[in-house]
Amino acid sequence: MSLYLRKKAILALSDGTVAHGWAIGHDGITGGELCFNTSMTGYQEIFTDPSYYGQLMMMTYPHIGNYGTMDRDDEHRKVMVAGVICRSFSWEFSNSMADRSLQEYLEDNEITGISGVDTRALVRHIREKGVMNAVISSTELDEDKLVQMAKDWDDMEGLELATKVTREEAQTFHPEGDSKFRVAAFDYGIKQNIINSLVKRGCTLRVFPAQASLEEVKAWEADGFFFSNGPGDPNPTGEYALEIVEYAKSTGKPLFGICLGHQLMALSEGIKVGKMFVGHRGANHPVKNLKTGLVEISTQNHGFAVTEDSVDEAIAEVTHINLNDNTVEGLSFKKFPGFSVQYHPEASPGPHDSAYLFDQFIDMMKE
Amino acid sequence: MPRRDDIHKILIIGSGPIVIGQACEFDYSGSQACRSLQEEGYEIVLINSNPATIMTDPIMADAIYMLPMTTDSIKEIVAKEKPDAVLPTMGGQTGLNLARDLEKEGFWKANGIQIIGVDIDAVELTEDRQLFRDKMEEIGIMQCRSRQAESLLDAKEIKEELGGLPIVIRPSFTMGGAGGGIVWNEDEFDQKVLRGLEMSPVHSVLIEESIFGWKEYELELLRDANDNVVIICSIENMDPMGVHTGDSVTVAPTQTLTDKQLQVLRDAAIKMMRSIGTFAGGCNVQFAVEPGSDRFVAIEINPRVSRSSALASKATGYPIAKVATKLAVGYTLDELKNQITGNTSACFEPSIDYVVCKVPRFNFDKFPGVDEELSTQMKAVGEVMSIGRNFPEALNKAWQSMEVGRDGLGADGYEEINRKEVRERLMKPYWDRSLQIRNAFKLGASVEEIADITKVDPWFLQQIRYMVSLENRTEGMNLDELSKDDFFELKQAGFSDTQIAWLLSKSGEKVTDFEVREKRISLGLKPAFKLVDTCAAEFPAKTPYYYSSYEGENESEVTDKKKVVILGSGPNRIGQGIEFDYSCVHAVFAAKEMGYEAIMINCNPETVSTDFDIADKLYFEPVYWERVLDIIEHEKPEGVILQVGGQTALKLGKRFVEAGIKIFGTAFEMIDFAEDRGSFSDLLLKLKIPFPEYGTAVDVDGALKIADRIGYPVLIRPSYVLGGQGMRIAVKEEELRRYVDRILKTHPENAFLIDKYLEHAIEVDVDSVYDGKQLHIAGIMQHIEPAGVHSGDSTAVLPPYSLSDKVIKTIEEYQEKIADAMNIEGFLNVQYAVKEEQVYVLEANPRSTRTIPFLAKATQRPEAAIGVKVMLGAKLKDFDLESKLDQWAIKEPVFPFDKFPGVKKELGPEMKSTGEAIYFAKDFNDEHFKKPFEFKNLYLSK
Repeated sequence: MSLYLRKKAILALSDGTVAHGWAIGHDGITGGELCFNTSMTGYQEIFTDPSYYGQLMMMTYPHIGNYGTMDRDDEHRKVMVAGVICRSFSWEFSNSMADRSLQEYLEDNEITGISGVDTRALVRHIREKGVMNAVISSTELDEDKLVQMAKDWDDMEGLELATKVTREEAQTFHPEGDSKFRVAAFDYGIKQNIINSLVKRGCTLRVFPAQASLEEVKAWEADGFFFSNGPGDPNPTGEYALEIVEYAKSTGKPLFGICLGHQLMALSEGIKVGKMFVGHRGANHPVKNLKTGLVEISTQNHGFAVTEDSVDEAIAEVTHINLNDNTVEGLSFKKFPGFSVQYHPEASPGPHDSAYLFDQFIDMMKE
Repeated sequence: MPRRDDIHKILIIGSGPIVIGQACEFDYSGSQACRSLQEEGYEIVLINSNPATIMTDPIMADAIYMLPMTTDSIKEIVAKEKPDAVLPTMGGQTGLNLARDLEKEGFWKANGIQIIGVDIDAVELTEDRQLFRDKMEEIGIMQCRSRQAESLLDAKEIKEELGGLPIVIRPSFTMGGAGGGIVWNEDEFDQKVLRGLEMSPVHSVLIEESIFGWKEYELELLRDANDNVVIICSIENMDPMGVHTGDSVTVAPTQTLTDKQLQVLRDAAIKMMRSIGTFAGGCNVQFAVEPGSDRFVAIEINPRVSRSSALASKATGYPIAKVATKLAVGYTLDELKNQITGNTSACFEPSIDYVVCKVPRFNFDKFPGVDEELSTQMKAVGEVMSIGRNFPEALNKAWQSMEVGRDGLGADGYEEINRKEVRERLMKPYWDRSLQIRNAFKLGASVEEIADITKVDPWFLQQIRYMVSLENRTEGMNLDELSKDDFFELKQAGFSDTQIAWLLSKSGEKVTDFEVREKRISLGLKPAFKLVDTCAAEFPAKTPYYYSSYEGENESEVTDKKKVVILGSGPNRIGQGIEFDYSCVHAVFAAKEMGYEAIMINCNPETVSTDFDIADKLYFEPVYWERVLDIIEHEKPEGVILQVGGQTALKLGKRFVEAGIKIFGTAFEMIDFAEDRGSFSDLLLKLKIPFPEYGTAVDVDGALKIADRIGYPVLIRPSYVLGGQGMRIAVKEEELRRYVDRILKTHPENAFLIDKYLEHAIEVDVDSVYDGKQLHIAGIMQHIEPAGVHSGDSTAVLPPYSLSDKVIKTIEEYQEKIADAMNIEGFLNVQYAVKEEQVYVLEANPRSTRTIPFLAKATQRPEAAIGVKVMLGAKLKDFDLESKLDQWAIKEPVFPFDKFPGVKKELGPEMKSTGEAIYFAKDFNDEHFKKPFEFKNLYLSK
């Protein structure tokens, strides 16, 4: 017998495309927006990134699971993606420091996945046709039913998702040495490595839930405000989050935003944020810092972006652009001390080239 | 910063002849550099003594100097050409060392020449291990504990200090780590230290703590003048520390590091590159990672384009040498476009959606007595690269590419050996380690057991065990029992039809690979061709660079143009090296000029032929029947060209004929005919052309009878080999018996030939092209060494220096007669022996040869292109066939004996040289003529 027992599974897209493969993870049916990531390492960080909440994550690198999973690599308390798609799943792994195999990890988190499909063909498909919903099933194997299910799946556009992944209560993180600054961070789906990056730099971090009350925030008397990454459409999230952003701006203290946080800060200044045809998802995107002329290789994960034409020079300056498609990647605001980036300086997974942005935030608080 | 305008004329230093550790990857980098500078409008001056390179073709540079690779030559060139800048990073360690030597003399400064592409101090820093170590300590990068020794006494003290054996010895400033290695016992220690001290040009060796068994990684970096750095590729060595990376099976991207671990290496690599100067260009960094921990140490950094960067270029599609050259002349990464996608930035890190596997090729069979154990000194003579959608597929394809008679990683008819033997073979690293791992699983060994012995990371072992589980499942089934799903799984794991046929035949009923193929196609199981695009399909790409895999979607669209498929020459090995890739590249150009869409199939990552912008379409695939046929069935070309890729392609000739696929040029029956000594000799008899007496035998008795008839000494050899493999001269019966036994062991399927050996005869090698009417003699080369020394190992002189006009005329007549009688269309090489004014024909080869590039460079005629165009129907009368040679061109062979201590320098009918240089002499007082002439008989052995 082959080493691995294989159980059939199907991936069905809302446009009728169907791919057959083998079940991995938890037996069942799952669905969501089909997206992909081109990082060749860091699958665990990706699966636990709250920005991917509710999406089906297709990894373009074929072998996934090679080094198992390690608790230290989680970016959130649980797995965030709704399903996993890959080409050549590693049922076995090699890493004597690992806590579990990826199979056990997915089972424990009740995540359904599929392996053995032509992921490259699917990437090309959604690259041409745009993002769409899909379902993965290892229990129901009727193609037509699954396609219909994918068609009926809720669209991402207009969905408010931050409240689904945020923490329930505020939590404080203390640095090891002296505390230099008090930072109020807003958790729309904050990655663990953002918390680590700020704490490592001497910040005492109070992480507030997405819908924290203004009074609670005011009472903490922060030296700076941080707006996190997170899933979903920024526009509905803004409906409750902008109040806090406005407050933060009014304090005259520095603001820093990443990803969804960046979009919220932009929205608060009347800058438009729209859905992209195909998002940026990988750990190899070149971002040029227009102030220094230097390029950083960045981790990216976004399906919405700031619309360039809507950036008024009097309100904000474009500080970073993506060299592949010249889209806006960073803003520096004119009317209050603050900056934000669309990409992920906390990396995890990905290169550490942009970590200087955390230092920049610290420097602003010093001033 | 855009292109620099303060420099106009740039000197590029090539790498010289092919040697172990420095092969044709530097023709890849050199030719990319030339093309890159040409695009920018710079004037290019080039030095390289290797005639078999594309970079020394007239179109590549404005002034090409084929002079010995010495500082004197460079001084001579500089005096004449007065370049403004020198780019020394494309010519391997040879290029860097020459630049450094001249820097020490103050030569560059004195002549106002800027060094671009590297900070020259970095050469010293990275080659002197103590300086390197100090620098790493300074920037906080961990190192193995080590110290420099200048005497054996020093070395012994340091050894004790570091806790004793095993320990590593590394002589300073030797190429490919020559003279280095891990030492397991005291005697060996003394011996290796002394040898290392001798070999090191500065007479010092580094004694280093052993990190044997740690995991080994390589990162390929590019940096621009703004200090932007990108990592183009990360490579994991399957063979852990202790085996030179050139001798290791390597895999891209890394497979067993978590992202956090990999990013720490990335940070360290960038820090290291920034610490060794401020140059813009390429760099390679190597690390060792302790298994089961986050601890790592930096092994070395090479501030130049390397063998690994050639591999990384082919593995990712990112043209490292080309971009590194642009960076050296002032561009920054963000100003350059990714040529593969055409519209995204070159300033990024490629993401790949396949697995790349490199397997080294060795040639120990040529050097009896050599220590075959792999160590930190490189011993491989070439390599293959394969691409698959998973590791098993890539690994099986790599073994199909190797041309060592295998159809994949085992399951191909070789007997399984016993557990004890396999275990012994795995205790130390040997060339066939991955095969032995497969054997061990076949015999029931566990992952833990093999990991414990070999230190190979369990992930790779798990993958090989999975492959063996597929074998076990398939064994004993019959063809009809094999379900479509199971068949597909086998093909996705890279198993060839031949392997599957062998497994099925274990049921007792013989199944052929043809039957397996038929069944497979009837099930609709055909390979899909996927694009190498640097970005995992995130962006559209149009570059026609493909590999096969068993998948859903085929991305290789077939055009309606007339097409020709050119088969490459596979891995470099002794007897078949860069010379054949040179001809392949010219065949591509010639076919394009003749209006064909040229499709290249090759699996050697070191070559120019596998650059994505040479052929109209590149299939990076094994030159292996099944894979080639799959491509041909997809593309439906008019025909194939087999005569430029050496023995690799010719071996498939019969199968092309059987499959009814057209072979351009001379009919394959004639190529076969030339190998069949009986028929060929009959032809010579008919043409009244003399040849040495001979006989064909299949056993010892037959051989002895022939030898008695024609008289000793005799020359014995198997049919169908290149580079005189297995060929020997026997002076007496006892020797003949021994050689026959050996041939029967290594080439059991072949009959062998016994020729009368003509003692003290002069050997003459003649290349020509025939179009059915006209014969064009490309060159008559007279060997300095006597007949009996393989033509590849001989010093050849063009034109002949001591043949009478009568002999030359006879040779020309014979050549034409043979060409006409064999209906040659294209290349014909004939080798002659001349003794007492009598001309004998030794053999005829109706194909492009090792000497075609040498002749092209000597005469300034495009000999390879002429031959290929004639094959495609052109007539010789339409070519300018005038030679521009006005002096003596000498082909000087280069040998690897310094890499194999304990192996005597002996020359005979079996080729041993790895490469050659060209030298132009004005007269016979030149040392390059006088010296070989003086020693011509010295090394002739058997």
